[in-house]
Amino acid sequence: MSLKTLILGAVVLSFSTTAMSKETLKIITWKGYAPKPVVTAFEKETGIKVKVTYSNNEEMIAKLRATRGAGFDLAQPSQDRIAFVQKKYRIYQPIDYSKVETNRLIDSMVAAVKKNTEVKSKSYGVPHVYGTTGLIINKKQAPEANDWSDLWNPKYAGKISYRLKRPILIGAAFAMGEDPFALYSDKKAYKALIDRVEKKLIASKGLVKNYWTSGDTQVEIIKSGDANVISGWDAKGWAIHKINSDIDFVAPKSGALGWIDTFAIPAKAKNVSAAYKWINFISRPEYAAVITNSEKYGTASKEVAQYLEASIKADFERSFSKADIDNIKWHPPVPAGFDAIESKALDRIKAAN
Amino acid sequence: MNNKKQNKKINFNFTFYLLIVPVLIWLIFMIVIPHAELLISSFLVEDDSGELVFSFANYIEFFNQKIYWLTFVKTAAYSIGVTLLAFIIAFPIAFYLTKVTSKRNASFLMLLLLIPLWVGELVTVYGWMVLLGDHGVINHFLMSAGIINEPINMLYTNFSMVVGLLYMSMLFMVIPVMSTLQSLDDSLIEAACDLGASKWDIFIKIIIPYSMPGITSGAIIVFMLVIGDYLAPNLLGGKNSLWFTEQIYNNFLQTFNWNEGAAFGFLLLMLSSAIIWLALKLSGQKLEKVGS
Repeated sequence: MSLKTLILGAVVLSFSTTAMSKETLKIITWKGYAPKPVVTAFEKETGIKVKVTYSNNEEMIAKLRATRGAGFDLAQPSQDRIAFVQKKYRIYQPIDYSKVETNRLIDSMVAAVKKNTEVKSKSYGVPHVYGTTGLIINKKQAPEANDWSDLWNPKYAGKISYRLKRPILIGAAFAMGEDPFALYSDKKAYKALIDRVEKKLIASKGLVKNYWTSGDTQVEIIKSGDANVISGWDAKGWAIHKINSDIDFVAPKSGALGWIDTFAIPAKAKNVSAAYKWINFISRPEYAAVITNSEKYGTASKEVAQYLEASIKADFERSFSKADIDNIKWHPPVPAGFDAIESKALDRIKAAN
Repeated sequence: MNNKKQNKKINFNFTFYLLIVPVLIWLIFMIVIPHAELLISSFLVEDDSGELVFSFANYIEFFNQKIYWLTFVKTAAYSIGVTLLAFIIAFPIAFYLTKVTSKRNASFLMLLLLIPLWVGELVTVYGWMVLLGDHGVINHFLMSAGIINEPINMLYTNFSMVVGLLYMSMLFMVIPVMSTLQSLDDSLIEAACDLGASKWDIFIKIIIPYSMPGITSGAIIVFMLVIGDYLAPNLLGGKNSLWFTEQIYNNFLQTFNWNEGAAFGFLLLMLSSAIIWLALKLSGQKLEKVGS
């Protein structure tokens, strides 16, 4: 009797939930890329429920690879991490640019992302936000620090931190006067270069306070005063500057590293039309500006200027001179197999004493 | 009458299957199949043309590359050390809670011990970061009290990592030891006292042997928790603390070499099981007894 009611109850319940459930859009993205006000406005306009999962490049790829491109309707990988992943694991579907309101986006950026995410004459990405990796400096304690090489400058011994991931290898290579991106076509030469970078970072390991591991630990280590010279993201540096004006983002002399995060649609997305709706919705200047105002990332949308807070422009002009902007090194697509070279080097650096 | 009996039997079978099916589904889909898939993929290697072929290369790589097995040895050594420390700290606590203080006090203190578990590991780890930092609570206190002039470097060292690991795993030593101590008859200790045994003798010859099953099961849980932990070594551990779980994580998420990651996962499983087996042999304990 009680079992019967239980089953009956379960059946009724499952029916009512299916009847009630609205259309949903599942997004896997970075923290801050789908702000609450924008999600609410989108849900109100379209009636589509948005479910957001926070992630990063590596996790996004691993999750989509595990399900062979299912489970999410929209992903936001960096543009340099799409082509080789797509070639190997086929986890995305080509973008139908006729469904994207590209006239809202900066043309040169759309063209660059199209070119960099091309596999077999089909492209897989639409630009969303961009930013740079450089240095975050406590200018009171280290007024002269202005280049990647200051991350192994004995002057700042014990007060240095960086993330032990590929950007530090690339940045260090530029500071050593090399151009790692030019060696993307020559695996052997690239490995030799990474070996030299590895030696440099192992030799100077004693100067490092700690390797930070996430956006949060990055902010924590410089805000707490445990480090004064760290590698970091421009948006984070500017966010800390607002609280503590001694700390600021500095574009390294040998070149800040530029990244562009994109929209990409997983191969087995269930609600593709909602994904395009979201892309077009969040690219409208008034919503694109919400992300830039709160997270300080640059946006690929045009005509956002009137919606931006005054401090955004000031932040940018404080950290980037004209020469710094011209010197930004934009990440080209990573060739397949190169991550293994870098990963082994990073492991050895971490384990070294 | 007869009909009713039959009904009952069917009913029993129905409930039996109703109960066994979820267990089987859980075992097969959540444990057997994923492990089997990982085991198979740990024996696959990409050849030059990108095809997956059967090979032991993933396992051989572990022994060939010094950095991999050295990381494992370090992880295992630290895990054994933390287990030992957990015992040294947890045993007096367990003894105090079961034998010394009143029942009411004990349950209140037990509640305090449980709080870190409620809060979650990530939060406690960040709590330790706030406490141990160069400008953290402890250094600030010591400096303003005039005991030290320069902050002591505590965070991002092996010390802070061990503190974090101990903090999250200690409770799992306290509880099993408490449960064995609870069944220890106080009259045994009284009798030993009457017969003139010293406190040390009572401790070594009566209390420790009696609570050995609890200590062993606590040690196994703590050891497994610590050797498989990722957060504390990663966040508190500093620049030299490459933990073996981090190697597995890197294989899955950085290099996308899932096959090697799977092999490393199985190596961790086998090697840590081997260490426990060895410890049981050396201490003369039996797993069946410990488990009960």
